[in-house]
Amino acid sequence: MTINEVQDKIIDEFSMFDDWMDKYSLLIDLGKELPVIDPKFKTKDFLIEGCQSKVWLHPYYDGNKITFTADSDAIITRGIVGLLIKVLSDRTPEEILSADLYFIEKIGLRQNLSPTRSNGLLSMVRQIKLYAMAYDAIKNNL
Amino acid sequence: MKNINEIRADFPILSRKVNNDMPLVYFDNGATTQKPKCVIDTVSEVYATYNANIHRGVHFLSDMSSEAYENAREKIRSFINAGKKEEVVFTSGTTGSINGLAFSFGERFIKPGDEIIISYLEHHANIVPWQMMCERKGAILRVIPINDAGEIIMAEYLRMLSPKTRLVSVTQVSNVLGTVLPLNEIIAAAHSVNVPVLVDGAQGIQHGIVDVKAMDCDFYVFSGHKIYGPAGIGVLYGKENLLSELPPFQGGGDMVEKVTFEKTTYNVLPFKFEAGTMNYPGAIGLMSALDYISSLGREEIAERENELLSYATERLSAIEGLKIYGNATRKISLISFLLKGIHQYDAGMILDKLGIAVRTGTHCAQPVMDRYGISGTIRASICFYNTKEEIDILTSGIEKVKQMLE
Repeated sequence: MTINEVQDKIIDEFSMFDDWMDKYSLLIDLGKELPVIDPKFKTKDFLIEGCQSKVWLHPYYDGNKITFTADSDAIITRGIVGLLIKVLSDRTPEEILSADLYFIEKIGLRQNLSPTRSNGLLSMVRQIKLYAMAYDAIKNNL
Repeated sequence: MKNINEIRADFPILSRKVNNDMPLVYFDNGATTQKPKCVIDTVSEVYATYNANIHRGVHFLSDMSSEAYENAREKIRSFINAGKKEEVVFTSGTTGSINGLAFSFGERFIKPGDEIIISYLEHHANIVPWQMMCERKGAILRVIPINDAGEIIMAEYLRMLSPKTRLVSVTQVSNVLGTVLPLNEIIAAAHSVNVPVLVDGAQGIQHGIVDVKAMDCDFYVFSGHKIYGPAGIGVLYGKENLLSELPPFQGGGDMVEKVTFEKTTYNVLPFKFEAGTMNYPGAIGLMSALDYISSLGREEIAERENELLSYATERLSAIEGLKIYGNATRKISLISFLLKGIHQYDAGMILDKLGIAVRTGTHCAQPVMDRYGISGTIRASICFYNTKEEIDILTSGIEKVKQMLE
């Protein structure tokens, strides 16, 4: 599936629920499916700043695609980072850099998270894009 | 005292809905309090009918606003029972007061090797300005430790007081644990070795009677927005003899007597510390808030809040897996807690969806979190307009959190 196909699928899934409690339940379930980071990477180097809860994110680049694993000490945050990984993991750096993440707005994540929380989400997106930029640079220099 | 429905009707925001039609249940009063209609009207009236810069114009409106601003100062003087109006300086808030004082006090009194004593219960506003001053002056910051209940260990404090001590700066009430500090003992001990004491009243003044003369503190600071007044206004009270000795912490208009490019002489107290255009609508709004508090009765407020805290403690303690942080013998106004196996952030997000406003995280007091080895708490801070029904809603909200996350 393309990035946009995955985004559309997520939007569909969330649109089945009007109630925010149900949406949170879905996020909690998504958190359980998160590809979990190897504990040895749960260090300061892979910690994302700007979140109320701790989020660790690890990239693995095989020369073509970047695969992300992550974890958080908060379950809802695990769900949110899980969503980002569903959309952006196993993609080439170019795909990640050109992605327009419209699903965040559409499923109401942005409006429903207060600014500090939203910054947490935006920090995660920024970190993923920074990794993509770095690997893109490496690839182009080679 | 007015009945609870009459009180709640005074606060327009309390009847609003949040998050898909949930009635607002506001338990974040420690961060900021809601405003009664009289305060909102007063600020609006300033702008609508007599707005003009204070202490400057010869014109009608400037006279009016200057007079109202000085009336606000007098109101605050009587509210905290200061001796003179000159001892009441307006600032932007608690943080502004402490930063200003730390600068001026440091310039005047601090040499390398001198010591400042604070406690483990301080919020960042009563830690960082002193650290900055210590760094600038080569002074040392000493911290009074606390016990597991969240009370300061007096014996350690008494041991810390030494000929090197220049100032003790402690909070009246812990913003994380609700501990009421034994100020009389702290101040008496400091004074016995001629050390002045600053009391941070950010979490204290709104919950009972504050009498700076009886307390005999040398400085007292608080924020307007935490006592039902507007944001951006605060107070620095200081004993006249001390304030007179301190240099200004900001330069600008109104704080000067005479300015030439060679030398500037400063205005008298309190104007020496009020550089530039002050937040006069905020000060006038704060006066209205204090009038409102006085009309309800400060003893009555304290009594009502203690009753609510006891009820909340009883209800929350009964929840399985809920641990309360801070069990001081003298405790007011708030409960900090965690749920076993549940991150405070997850709990806060779900409570928010139920219309319940609590604060989660470190509450700008990271050292307290480190003391207990936790990354944050959920804090429900209570005030007189809260109800037992709201505490019941919080209790069932917490049960819902557990059900969803366990």
